Amino acid sequence: MSAFPFIRMLDRGAVLFLLLLGGFAVAIPAFNLLVPSGSALHVSTYLVALFGKYICYGLLALSIDLIWGYAGILSLGHGAFFALGGYAMGMYLMRQIGTRGVYANPILPDFMVFLNWPELPLYWYGFNSFAYAALMIVLVPGLLAFVFGWFAFRSRVTGVYLSIITQAMTYALMLGFFRNNFGFGGNNGLTDFKEILGFNMQTEAMRNALLVISCLALAAGFLICRAIVTSKFGKVLVAIRDSEARTRFLGYRVEAYKLFVFTLSACMAGVAGALYVPQVGIINPSEFAPGNSIEAVIWVAVGGRGTLTGAVLGAFVVNYAKTFFTSGILAPYWLFMLGGLFIAVTLLLPRGIIGSYEHWRGQHGEKHDAAMRVASPHAAE
Amino acid sequence: MPKLNEMRVFNASLIALALVLGLSAAVVHAQSFDDALAKFAADSYGDTEEAVAAVAASGNEMAVPVIFALQDGRLLFDAKAKKIFIKELSGRILDAASGQPAAAAPADLELVRINNRLRRAIEAALGALTLLSPDPQKRLEAAQAVFKSRDEKTLPALDAAIARETNAKIKRALIEARAAVVLFWSDAAEAAKLEAVGVSRARGDQEAMSLLWSLPADAPPTVSRAAVSAAKAIQGQLEIWNGVQNAWYGLSLGSVLLLAAIGLAITFGVMGIINMAHGEMVMLGAYTTFVVQELIRTHNPALFDYSLLIAVPLAFIVAGCVGIAIERSIIRFLYGRPLETLLATWGLSLILQQAVRTIFGPTNREVGAPSWMSGAFEVGQLNITYGRLWIICFTLIVFVALLGMLRFTRLGLEMRAVTQNRQMAAAMGIRTSRIDALTFGLGSGIAGIAGVALSQIDNVSPNLGQGYIIDSFMVVVFGGVGNLWGTLVGAFTLGIANKFLEPYAGAVLGKIAILVLIVLFIQKRPRGMFALKGRAVEA
Repeated sequence: MSAFPFIRMLDRGAVLFLLLLGGFAVAIPAFNLLVPSGSALHVSTYLVALFGKYICYGLLALSIDLIWGYAGILSLGHGAFFALGGYAMGMYLMRQIGTRGVYANPILPDFMVFLNWPELPLYWYGFNSFAYAALMIVLVPGLLAFVFGWFAFRSRVTGVYLSIITQAMTYALMLGFFRNNFGFGGNNGLTDFKEILGFNMQTEAMRNALLVISCLALAAGFLICRAIVTSKFGKVLVAIRDSEARTRFLGYRVEAYKLFVFTLSACMAGVAGALYVPQVGIINPSEFAPGNSIEAVIWVAVGGRGTLTGAVLGAFVVNYAKTFFTSGILAPYWLFMLGGLFIAVTLLLPRGIIGSYEHWRGQHGEKHDAAMRVASPHAAE
Repeated sequence: MPKLNEMRVFNASLIALALVLGLSAAVVHAQSFDDALAKFAADSYGDTEEAVAAVAASGNEMAVPVIFALQDGRLLFDAKAKKIFIKELSGRILDAASGQPAAAAPADLELVRINNRLRRAIEAALGALTLLSPDPQKRLEAAQAVFKSRDEKTLPALDAAIARETNAKIKRALIEARAAVVLFWSDAAEAAKLEAVGVSRARGDQEAMSLLWSLPADAPPTVSRAAVSAAKAIQGQLEIWNGVQNAWYGLSLGSVLLLAAIGLAITFGVMGIINMAHGEMVMLGAYTTFVVQELIRTHNPALFDYSLLIAVPLAFIVAGCVGIAIERSIIRFLYGRPLETLLATWGLSLILQQAVRTIFGPTNREVGAPSWMSGAFEVGQLNITYGRLWIICFTLIVFVALLGMLRFTRLGLEMRAVTQNRQMAAAMGIRTSRIDALTFGLGSGIAGIAGVALSQIDNVSPNLGQGYIIDSFMVVVFGGVGNLWGTLVGAFTLGIANKFLEPYAGAVLGKIAILVLIVLFIQKRPRGMFALKGRAVEA
């Protein structure tokens, strides 16, 4: 029995996903660094940064799929955890600028000098250490999710109520971070980063390194999620998703299960945000906008909720489409397409891409992984 | 408090300085005033003109009465003794130099004659003493300026102005200014000061209060005590007014919230549909108003005052039809799947926003206010604008109409039947799918009406609706789902709470505090303030 959990966790789809991700993490830097820039096979540094961004979105989508696809918690505020992780990373990067800022203040970031802050606020202490910042990247979103979830799940706020409350949460945070006296750079956010762990952030090598690290983080996140959803714990989560009251009557402490998975998911979103910030070079309060969180949910819906791989695929597909359409002459029509995507997916493709594929395979009598069938969110409908 | 004391000491020393200067100046002034008066007796226009200027410049307390008397043709002179007299309206003769009744007025007094040139000079002299200006606005401004400067040299002019003033409002301002001067004039009698405290107390605003708090240290103890108690009384009164004002602003905000949320109370509260495109229905209503006003401007400007009345039914129809179309094409396939409905309607809101942006452009559109909605009036210390007042009235009218519709019409009855027990309603022969569409259309139509009102107080832009969607959901969740009264109470509670928090926390933090409070409130009552009880809960 001891070897089985590992096998169960790594079914054919999971292995395929990990192989693809690994290939991606090797191929993109290779084509960027080793192939000369004149060649047709060369991958530009712009694309490396772009793909790095997508990987971070993939991790965010994964964290949403874990709670939405398996525990039935639709959070419309996961962008907040993403942004909080990003801000924690941004604070570390701001402290790294040191005397190279416009005002050359060794301790205070530029915007604080500009706003005549006499000294560093208490909550900025410690961010000059990467270890501390890394801890905060996980801890701050996790703590917020824990407190928020504790209040919400304890009083059995579920379904759309929870969705709206989480949306209000990220909205409130956005309003707060827009204020200058919050001490996070207000409107402009944190930007103008110079180096990370002593390495210059603008080099090609650093961009590729960040991409590889993001891929590793995504793989780790994927394995954690797989471990959870294929375990007995995961089965309880699915039970909660399909009938919360029945699960409670069976003697499971539903709140504890939900709280754990919600907090874990927020930590993952925080890591995604932290990896995202050095790759785009800025974090500002608009990351908290409710629209961003809902957009992340639609990535999951497009790829297929409750499939994990689908969430990552959805993040890639939707964001690639977004990049493609918003950069061309079709830019004014992108919102029409995004809006249409929301409607089309919910009406026509409720299982998403991966979910529909698995459903089709299941219907055509092929041997089907039992864990997959349980994991499909539409099994109960 | 130490700051206040310092200020008092500072004020006192200033006053002492002013007194020393004033006394030495007074000696000089007395001399020049008498010389100037003597010139009136020369019976030449040139000398009289010089005299007017000199008298006005002298700052003597008799300057104003003298110039007035001259203007009114009541200034007399004794050619032999070179003495000047003022004939009062009562017929009494005063000595112009002393202001005392003349003991023995000579019989052969002559009038100081004036011509047009002199009249202008007189007016200019009085203009310097603007308290006596013929322009009421100038007099009022002068009175307010004196209230702030508290210069005791203006007292004679003030007294003259008060005696002459016929405009009640300006007279009050003058009396209040005089009270302020008296309070700060160390030579004033105690009784006069006490009276002045009473006048300031009656004024009862922020300025009067700070005046009473900052009395000079040398004031008699009775006056100080009276001033402190008066200031405290004013403070109490001001706090009440402040509360009333916050309540009014809160009512105003609450009515806006209610307008935005009331349609949602139908679609979300009654039908259980999460319509994230609700804000866009509001936006459509606002743009309908814009289109109506544009058409009126180009075709028949005379109708402009009726533009909102025309826009209300049109906005209801436009938003209602869009709502029915949404229900038929999207939402009816998603009943029982609230999370999917949420996502689909969010997508719809993106499409509607972008559509409006494409048609009308991304910038704000100008929606004018009809004449009956502009302007304001004052109740005590409270300033009420007609626009806000109309919106509150309009909101209540819409609310009552909706309640009545649900309660007394056949459609309302069928709507309630379907939401309470769908199968039973269907068994009774109600076409439930038709009712679903109409109910959703009704909720959307009311959102459109809200857009007409919101076009008056907010920017009409494609993002108009987004600003209201979260607040509206908060109102419905807070008030309790499925209950219109809950929505009413929820909207006004949130509006008033917001406005009472704002002075302490600022607008943004106040809003955050409200959101946090709602999250905590939902802990206590997950189904809102007016939760449905019994069987209806799970239905």
